[in-house]
Amino acid sequence: MSDMQDYKSSLSNTDSRKFETFSYLPAMSAEQTRKQIQYIVNKGWNPSIEHTEPENAFGSYWYMWKLPMFGETNVDTILAELENCHAAHPNNHVRLLGLDNYAQCAGASMVIFRGKTV
Amino acid sequence: MAKNYSAGVKEYRETYWMPDYTPKDTDILACFKITPQAGVPREEVAAAVAAESSTGTWTTVWTDLLTDLDYYKGRAYAIEDVPGDDTCFYAFVAYPIDLFEEGSVVNVLTSLVGNVFGFKALRALRLEDIRFPIAYVMTCNGPPQGIQVERDIMNKYGRPLLGCTIKPKLGLSAKNYGRACYEGLRGGLDFTKDDENVNSQPFMRWRHRFDFVMEAIHKAEAETGERKGHYLNVTAPTSDEMMRRAEYAKEIGAPIIMHDYLTGGLSANTQLAQWCQNNGMLLHIHRAMHAVLDRNPHHGIHFRVLTKVLRLSGGDHLHSGTVVGKLEGDREATLGWIDIMRDSFIKEDRSRGIFFDQDWGSMPGVIPVASGGIHVWHMPALVNIFGDDSVLQFGGGTLGHPWGNAAGAAANRVAVEACVEARNCGRELEKEGKDILTNAAKSSPELKIAMETWKEIKFEFDTVDKLDVAHK
Repeated sequence: MSDMQDYKSSLSNTDSRKFETFSYLPAMSAEQTRKQIQYIVNKGWNPSIEHTEPENAFGSYWYMWKLPMFGETNVDTILAELENCHAAHPNNHVRLLGLDNYAQCAGASMVIFRGKTV
Repeated sequence: MAKNYSAGVKEYRETYWMPDYTPKDTDILACFKITPQAGVPREEVAAAVAAESSTGTWTTVWTDLLTDLDYYKGRAYAIEDVPGDDTCFYAFVAYPIDLFEEGSVVNVLTSLVGNVFGFKALRALRLEDIRFPIAYVMTCNGPPQGIQVERDIMNKYGRPLLGCTIKPKLGLSAKNYGRACYEGLRGGLDFTKDDENVNSQPFMRWRHRFDFVMEAIHKAEAETGERKGHYLNVTAPTSDEMMRRAEYAKEIGAPIIMHDYLTGGLSANTQLAQWCQNNGMLLHIHRAMHAVLDRNPHHGIHFRVLTKVLRLSGGDHLHSGTVVGKLEGDREATLGWIDIMRDSFIKEDRSRGIFFDQDWGSMPGVIPVASGGIHVWHMPALVNIFGDDSVLQFGGGTLGHPWGNAAGAAANRVAVEACVEARNCGRELEKEGKDILTNAAKSSPELKIAMETWKEIKFEFDTVDKLDVAHK
């Protein structure tokens, strides 16, 4: 038993809250984030930025940051908008989606900035 | 011009062998693999199969002349060698669409794999593929929700979904069973699953199971902030009872239920799928009994046909085989029927065992479920083979973790995310899998232990049902 590790997760420990895809990996470096954005661009998906107060994260609709960036392929431009959204809403979670208009569904979604989880 | 009636037995090929026939876009087409009795000519057997699976019987009857049999009859229109096997041949048969009731895969199968399979002139018969014309597809209800809707309901994007079948498959009490679900879900799974033979036995009646499992889902959702589900198996002795269980699952807020479409039956399945569509429920489909039908290369029904049948009857998930796990499945053939589940148009491709173009129009797709004997070391190959629109289901590979279900779930979740991240960066998963997992394990002790536990396990028996490949 001494080698066995307890699984540290509980209602009272806010570190237990997860954020779907990639949230079980360590926070991405700037370079790793760039590569994921490049993947969205390469797929031909439309980048879209959304944010929410942490207490409202469970719902389907987060606040859109402006409109989806239709046709945007410049990774730096997308990163800059993520930074703008984060600066305007420093306590909110901010996620990036890749919207696939053929499937009418997000092909990718990842939280880039985390507010303080509740 | 009117025909005369002459009683007696005619050779089938006089009526049903039509090598000059060009199939219509609205015809239902079938490819049979026929193993004839010695000495019976191929054309005669092919025509007999066309006859016995459509309008014909063994002797001429006067009532034939009251209708336009030339319109209604099935037509054997082509014969081909089976590559690598001289004991049998392929026969292609076209059926006019009017032979079948709209929206009824039950009716189509009753004709195509009915009496004809016991026909004495045949040693064996296998239905290899069916082309359902778009005109027929449009009469069927299809999957209740489809892949995109499921992603939106469950809030899962850009990765395969993760599941786990609860074990032991039989004998747990409802409360202990809910515990096993809760532990898996809080560790990072999207779904847990009833085993197919969990229905409503004395040790755990369905209603207790549903209640405890829902509590597990609610707590795991609150704890992780992610959406969770459990495939509540509503397969039951009668369809009334099945519907009662489905209604209760909806009442307590379960997002997904489950049915065994072959043992439960296609009428029940179609009924349940339509109900799910009308009630916003996802439907997971298990395929118990499929190997009885599809494993023998000379007799039965190929799984690609059973796949099409399910997509028409309705289901949002279907077990597909893993290619890499403990159960049968040739890689190319599996890739073929995965496409049949998910894509809207699949081209004929003999290298993957697909005999016809298949157009699904706007019918939603089915998510393939890879389940059976898989663990973290298989993850890179699974992500590569199945892509994002899949459920990867680790039963023993979650519950067998030395630290328990939550740790096992976390190990799989870290592994799948690491593989998706690497794939998106352009890395080759099957080549670099070990590197990718080893690196991910540095920040996940759960994954590290999982990799040590399952390192050596492999299933490398040869496939019994292989694609037919030339031998000369």
